[in-house]
Amino acid sequence: MDKRIKLSHGNGRGNNELLNNVIFPCLIPEHRGPHEDAGILKNIKGNIAFTTDSFVINPIFFPGGDIGKLAVCGTVNDLAMMGAEPVSLSVSLILEEGLEIIKLEKILISLRETCRDAGVSIECGDTKVVENGKADGLYITTSGLGVVPDNINLSSANAEPGDIVIVSGPVGLHGIAVMSVRKSLNFASVAVSDCAALNGLTKELLNAVPETKALRDCTRGGTAAVLNEIAETSGVTINLIEKTIPVPDVVSGACSFLGLDPLHIPCEGRFVAIVPVDKAGLALKTIKNHELGNAAEIIGKVNTKERFPVTIVTEVGGKRFLTLPPGELLPRIC
Amino acid sequence: MNLKSFSNSKKSKEIIGAIHNIAADLDNINIMEVCGTHTMEIGKLGLRKLLPGNIRLISGPGCPVCVTPGSYIDSLYEAALNPEYKVHVAAFGDMLNVPGNEHSLAEAKTAGAKIDIVVTPLQAIEIARNEPLNNIIFTSVGFETTVPATAFTVKKAYELGISNLYFLTAHRVVPPVLKALITDKDLNISGFLLPGHVSAIIGEKAYSLLNDFSVPGVIAGFEPLDILGGILSILDIIRNNRKNKLVNMYTRIVKKDGNIEAVKLIDDIYEHVDSLLRGIGVIPGSGLKLREKYKKYDAAERFSLNIEKSGMPSGCSCGDVLKGIINPDQCKLFGKTCVPEHPVGPCMVSTEGSCAAYYKYG
Repeated sequence: MDKRIKLSHGNGRGNNELLNNVIFPCLIPEHRGPHEDAGILKNIKGNIAFTTDSFVINPIFFPGGDIGKLAVCGTVNDLAMMGAEPVSLSVSLILEEGLEIIKLEKILISLRETCRDAGVSIECGDTKVVENGKADGLYITTSGLGVVPDNINLSSANAEPGDIVIVSGPVGLHGIAVMSVRKSLNFASVAVSDCAALNGLTKELLNAVPETKALRDCTRGGTAAVLNEIAETSGVTINLIEKTIPVPDVVSGACSFLGLDPLHIPCEGRFVAIVPVDKAGLALKTIKNHELGNAAEIIGKVNTKERFPVTIVTEVGGKRFLTLPPGELLPRIC
Repeated sequence: MNLKSFSNSKKSKEIIGAIHNIAADLDNINIMEVCGTHTMEIGKLGLRKLLPGNIRLISGPGCPVCVTPGSYIDSLYEAALNPEYKVHVAAFGDMLNVPGNEHSLAEAKTAGAKIDIVVTPLQAIEIARNEPLNNIIFTSVGFETTVPATAFTVKKAYELGISNLYFLTAHRVVPPVLKALITDKDLNISGFLLPGHVSAIIGEKAYSLLNDFSVPGVIAGFEPLDILGGILSILDIIRNNRKNKLVNMYTRIVKKDGNIEAVKLIDDIYEHVDSLLRGIGVIPGSGLKLREKYKKYDAAERFSLNIEKSGMPSGCSCGDVLKGIINPDQCKLFGKTCVPEHPVGPCMVSTEGSCAAYYKYG
């Protein structure tokens, strides 16, 4: 087998070589039998959740994870946010000519192990190769299927005045971890991505509190984006208390240096939950009992619609609104 | 030192109470926070509405990209897209989305220009070494906080004999800008909240003009207690008519003589010139230019770029905002045709911009 991906690995014999020597052994070593044009999922009953996501992160390795782990967690978490038990994923790879095979193997093994830990299978996939310079090493697209229990109804439109807002843990670690590597920022404290599959945690929460109104993971746009979306969709205002929001020192320090807001920084293993007020205590306790939620906090409340979708009471007692981030997060001059 | 001690809510409320007490003895007071980071922090803390009604905070022109002439952006846009020049731009993040008079660097990037965001000018040397066939232009923009890093990079490039790195210089310096604001008859500034990090470089002594003109100024840091303490101190100077109008409340960072090495380095590399601040006009001695010894690194000369032409997008009131004549939300375009995603003027898009702070935080 070659040491690097070549254009010929995208077709015919070259593609077979890549699949048989690298992709199948790393991703689905247990598979026996023929490789068909489609996988068959038998006897899946109930409400099917179906989602897809593409992952173009650069760098492909970062503290706490890699693009393979991220591709599984991202899609599994989208299913989990709808209350679905993930069943199966598809994995599409776009490989850049010149990508080292050893790196690809590492990523595929990471992808497989993350699937194993999340309890989700890989049912189908695809591989393409593009010329050197057309991809940052590789891009991955995963689509996922899951089953939503009949008694679960999660939606960004469900929030009502009186509901409580919980965040499952400290915010901003993934974005700062990736930024620190991308921009060669050698912070004294290392930021490690919070990338994690949340379906185990959300399952426990929904078993204890099936009345949960909404779950959203704080990915692109960070915590601010998902709370704004919930508030706008539900026609309410969410009021936050700044001092209750858990922000790790490395995130607040990096944000202070770069001129960014921790609530705009993406996470890949954190969610916000909107729960009825009489279930808030149980919800918080349940989340905190899980290793991925042991630093969860109640951070605010849903109220009737005010002028702005999300407001925040600051540490000095002032009040401001919390907007969506402006787009690309750009570090400032001074 | 634990910076969290400068965010103590109980102490913050005590200082706010003290501000209300002093303000009761005063007429209308206009305090200008010169620095864009102060504007952002004040917005982030929701501070304006906690102050008494007769104390008004005005955002000043301390936003480097906001005062960079629009022609700087436009001429760099043209150079970046000119295939003969083989330009690769290295810029701080703030520069990407700021609108020139006609274009932005983000538009240049979308059109295929090579533009990289850097966090230190030293990265431009790396890029120059990695791309010997390209001409790297670093956007040297910023007040005295940023100048030492660029000066160091120019010196290093000179010592290493780097021949494909250029600096498009539009650095500005604060004291002449302060003088222009103090002597502007249209403005009525009671006192200044002075920029903490600029002061760390230039020191207390750079503000002697405040005593000359008898205008209060307090050097303050950026934590909540720094800003509140700074405002309280300005009111104290005014109410008690203190003889010394300048107070340094950021002594943990700012010394009387500033950072002597940094000041010397700046002086080795740059000379002071008259320069244009966008929306405000030409201010004597407010700009920096590479000295003769380093002239070969001047991108404006090398690529014949006219970067000091005045101009502002049609309908934009950034000039009045930068001088504190109006608040951002008093501009007709604010929040309507001018929003961060589609800014008309620079103040809406820069992370230090007054309009961006008002839009983001209210």
